[in-house]
Amino acid sequence: MLRYLLQRLLATIPVLLVVAVSVFLLLRLTPGDPAAIIAGDNASDEQIERIRDGLGLEKPLAAQFVLWAGKVLRGDLGESFFFKKTVAQLIGQRLQPTVALSLCTLFLSVLVAVPLGVLAALRHGSWLDRLLMGFATLGFSIPVFVLGYLLMWLVSLKLGWLPVQGYRRLQEGFWPFVRHLVLPCVTLSVVYSPLIARVTRASVSEALTEDYVRTARAKGLPAWRVVLRHALPNAAVPIVTIIGVGLGLLLGGVVVTESVFSIPGLGRLTVEAVLARDFPTIQGLILLSSVTYVLLNLMVDLSYPLLDPRIRFK
Amino acid sequence: MGATTLVLLALASWCAPWLTSADPTLLDPANRDLLPGTMGLLTLSSGETVPHLFRLGTDSYGRDIFSRILYGGRVSLVVGVAVAMLSLGAGLALGLFAGYLRGVDLVLMRVMDGLMAIPGILLAVSLVALWRASIWTVIIALTIPEVPRVVRLVRSLVLSIREEPYVEAAVAVGTSTVNLLVRHVLPNTLAPLIVQGSYVCAAAILGEAILGFLGVGIPPEVATWGNLMAEGRVQFNQYPHAVFFPGIFLTVAVLAVNLLGDGLRDTLDPRFSRRGWQ
Repeated sequence: MLRYLLQRLLATIPVLLVVAVSVFLLLRLTPGDPAAIIAGDNASDEQIERIRDGLGLEKPLAAQFVLWAGKVLRGDLGESFFFKKTVAQLIGQRLQPTVALSLCTLFLSVLVAVPLGVLAALRHGSWLDRLLMGFATLGFSIPVFVLGYLLMWLVSLKLGWLPVQGYRRLQEGFWPFVRHLVLPCVTLSVVYSPLIARVTRASVSEALTEDYVRTARAKGLPAWRVVLRHALPNAAVPIVTIIGVGLGLLLGGVVVTESVFSIPGLGRLTVEAVLARDFPTIQGLILLSSVTYVLLNLMVDLSYPLLDPRIRFK
Repeated sequence: MGATTLVLLALASWCAPWLTSADPTLLDPANRDLLPGTMGLLTLSSGETVPHLFRLGTDSYGRDIFSRILYGGRVSLVVGVAVAMLSLGAGLALGLFAGYLRGVDLVLMRVMDGLMAIPGILLAVSLVALWRASIWTVIIALTIPEVPRVVRLVRSLVLSIREEPYVEAAVAVGTSTVNLLVRHVLPNTLAPLIVQGSYVCAAAILGEAILGFLGVGIPPEVATWGNLMAEGRVQFNQYPHAVFFPGIFLTVAVLAVNLLGDGLRDTLDPRFSRRGWQ
């Protein structure tokens, strides 16, 4: 067990290293003076000079990377000249909406997709199964922003049930917070849950063909107990895996969703930073989302032995 | 069904000049924000005015939305196909080497794992920001995040193919490595690759529209589905049709390519499951 944990932990190190090198190279491989690019279009010469000293541009590339990575490890992501703040401050300010949106979407998607996937597996090949999987393909294909505008038009503009755009902090009251979050969450879930539903269906249908399921049915257990006690636990590993892999999709989808619904989170910050060509911020955001993705998938990996004791012995 | 829809869309955008007489870039203040199905006077490039039915209305500059959508379809389909071809090509080359040469494998796959950890759309957005947007930079920026997935697929295929008896036989009679890869391994990876290619194509069409919608993609004066929606959202409250019609075309196109992929998978390779980004 301990060996498995260590193995997984060690395996993330090269991945994180590659992410860091890619983010670092993103700026260095661009034609032009990195210091001038970081400073933006309207910086003074002495500002550029100061940035150049901080980057250690006169040293070899590897040394520059070590210098940069050292700062990042100490939590110093650099300074945004466009927003006139440090990148860490910026991210801190914009973190709450994005975390709220992602967590709600994650819960909603799992809550909807897993039961529907199980249902499709139980009725494998029936019209219900085909209908659900048809919806899954549709949900997977419809762009987040098209669906977002459609829901906004229908629910907010025509029916007037929910606020059109914007975001309220949790501190401003629970009810406004929820009301502003419903549409973005539903929108993003429609895209995210088909992935989970498809894998749940495939994984559960396979488990349902196993002997122990037949035995359980034969000894008179009701169908729902067989699914909950026998089929689902044995089908859990691929489902949890796809939830982890899908997080990449979710983190990308957040950028678009926040833009549609004018939510002042990290996704909007990304777009603003890109439009302003504010590279320290872009680097910080990519680094943050990639590290989040890697760490969450590490947690998924670490949960395998809990879900399936057989994995421990491999 | 996916293939038919796709052919229709491709035909419609290729035949755009014959399907509509309206110039997609023509600014006409007299025809601003017309609702779908309005009759109006259209100025032709020759300067004369003719009555014209604006099937899907006009945008806030008085440009015919139907005609802009048709021309926008060209960009979407070209980007989709180009990204699919490029990422398959690059992924195939890298995957073959990774799968066949043990030393390359370890390093290359770690690099690919790392690249895959960066959310695709974020990577594409920042690459476009670095290079300043044009259709080529958009194509490359959408290709780079797709390559690792293709490499992984090719590598896993090669790993299973190299255990096959016919590969052993070829090695035994002294076939060179390059020859072996091209003549024996490559043909057997094609079926799943074509399936993956169609998913990549769908993801690329979507990705291009997302970049356009966020305002960081192909320059806004070019009519693309994403750009049309980005322009339309300013006046979304009054004129939702300027957002919805390009959105419908986009959804139908992505759905068609995905269905095509599902169909190909079912006929060519039932084991293989889907992936993508949003």
